[in-house]
Amino acid sequence: MTFFDLARRNVSRHWLRSSLAVIGIVIGVIAIASLGIMGNSISLMFGDMVTDVGDTIIVSPATGVGGGKLTERQMNDITRAVGSNVAIPFSTNADKITVGDKESGAMIYAIPAGDIVSLLEVESGAYPKGTGTGCLIGSQLAANSRENGLKLGARVRIGDETLRVVGVLKERGMGFDINPDYAIVVPYAWYSNHYDEDEYDQVIVKVRDVNDIDAVKESIEQKMNRREDTVNVMDTRGILESIFAAADSITVFLSGIGAISLIVAGVSILNVMLMSVTERIKEIGVLRSIGTRRSEVMRMFIYEALILGLAGAAIGGVLSFVAGYAVTAVFVGNPDYLFNPTSLLYIVFGMAFGVLTSVASGLYPAWKAAQLNPIQALRHE
Amino acid sequence: MPVISFDAVTKVYPLPAGDVVALAGVDIAIEKGEFVLIMGPSGSGKSTLLNIMGSLDVPTSGEVTIAGKRISGMDDDDLTLMRRDHIGFVFQQFNLIPLLSIVENVEYPLILKGRQKGSRERAEDVLRAVGIADTHLTHKPGELSGGQQQRVAIARALVNDPDFLLCDEPTGNLDSKTGTAIMDLLDRMNREEGKTVVMVTHDPRMTDYADRTIRLVDGRVVNDLL
Repeated sequence: MTFFDLARRNVSRHWLRSSLAVIGIVIGVIAIASLGIMGNSISLMFGDMVTDVGDTIIVSPATGVGGGKLTERQMNDITRAVGSNVAIPFSTNADKITVGDKESGAMIYAIPAGDIVSLLEVESGAYPKGTGTGCLIGSQLAANSRENGLKLGARVRIGDETLRVVGVLKERGMGFDINPDYAIVVPYAWYSNHYDEDEYDQVIVKVRDVNDIDAVKESIEQKMNRREDTVNVMDTRGILESIFAAADSITVFLSGIGAISLIVAGVSILNVMLMSVTERIKEIGVLRSIGTRRSEVMRMFIYEALILGLAGAAIGGVLSFVAGYAVTAVFVGNPDYLFNPTSLLYIVFGMAFGVLTSVASGLYPAWKAAQLNPIQALRHE
Repeated sequence: MPVISFDAVTKVYPLPAGDVVALAGVDIAIEKGEFVLIMGPSGSGKSTLLNIMGSLDVPTSGEVTIAGKRISGMDDDDLTLMRRDHIGFVFQQFNLIPLLSIVENVEYPLILKGRQKGSRERAEDVLRAVGIADTHLTHKPGELSGGQQQRVAIARALVNDPDFLLCDEPTGNLDSKTGTAIMDLLDRMNREEGKTVVMVTHDPRMTDYADRTIRLVDGRVVNDLL
């Protein structure tokens, strides 16, 4: 028999009251964990959707300058400005494509054949040659158009010219530069010839060392915008940071809502504990009179709050897993996000917060019990 | 050296309507092995005297020495340890802990001193010595009669081998037959074990058991008879 044992017995002596207090903690833990998991899953979903890792600078013409295109000269300036980093120009267009006798619309990205390998990964087939009429198709376009005959080796007619699909791209996800999953990628030489165009829409700069982003950006700005703004220079790291900061804010906000319910549970524990102290004033007087120190009385009551918190956290932790599965499945559409360690951490966080709230709520009643005057407590009826 | 020594002890309770003098210059010395009754009418200061003897309270002035230690200036922890290690309390209403079994109630003061090997056996031995059958050891206090509960309370008071037992109307809640049995038990502890017993009571029949009776009136010792 120890003080913890005494606390445990007292909790079970008033099992209904204790159970209600535990239910409060359980709800709080579930709220904080499942809402946290939901916010984190949204963040993870963004992460999965966005392919960029923050190593990209996108250079686009400043509004109203040169008809919204970058000239070959500007491209050369950019190439010089970025030094050893890779600058990849591209143009984009939407056009009607015909595969067999089936017509449809598609996005077309034109990239110099030699640069495609730096930007995109081929899953099956090969990269097109600079002078040929080979093209690549995006993974989703390939998946969606397989029945229409758009697959590796197929012939695609654009306008009056025919291209051959020499490769299918690996899925890339959403990017800030290009989104080729639903598009056709053609060599720039073919595009330039076909559309009679020798300028570029944008330039993608892949920076080798992410830490050089600012320096490279500054170098482009210096080179291109010294006299007037001819280009806009944007780095994806900043965009990514903004997006993930927004996702984190959502998570914090949602967890905050959960925390409120846990605070309500804490008030319930405070109430239960104060009731317990009031009911046991005489008993506390007896314990004190036969040699129980204030710190020991306090410990006994804190143990009671701890037991309520541990029980609530344990049950809440298990149910949070179920609730987390439900919110990721229903609201985010992918329950796999629950099993990500960063999501599971919210269950641990919820449980820890549940125990802490419970113990914190027990501190005042425990202190109050410890401060009781043993003579007055003994007289209490 | 006396087990309990009061030297010009006063206790004053400041109240808005004016100070109440509960003890007014009390001198008492209780030697080891004595059986002392403290008697007096209501408001005579018995409870205050008992509280100070029990280290539950400290005097306003004067010197109190318990088990060779002066309690003036002791902090709450020191007073608590004094109660734990030197004093055995027996209350009128038994005051057993309802959450604990009989044997656990008696073992509790031993646990306060730190879990020691053999504490359960020690508690069982003391319970047998006060006449509690082994079959009752695991019962809860509410399952026992008043007389049995008071025996358990005496066992709890004795288990730490205190310097003296401080009994507050120990038979007040018992019928006369059970009360006599409890008094016989305390008498036996006093005679056979040499335990010092200090008892506050209203009951004049208890003087038969006592070596000495201290009478208090208005916070003063008016009579200290052997």
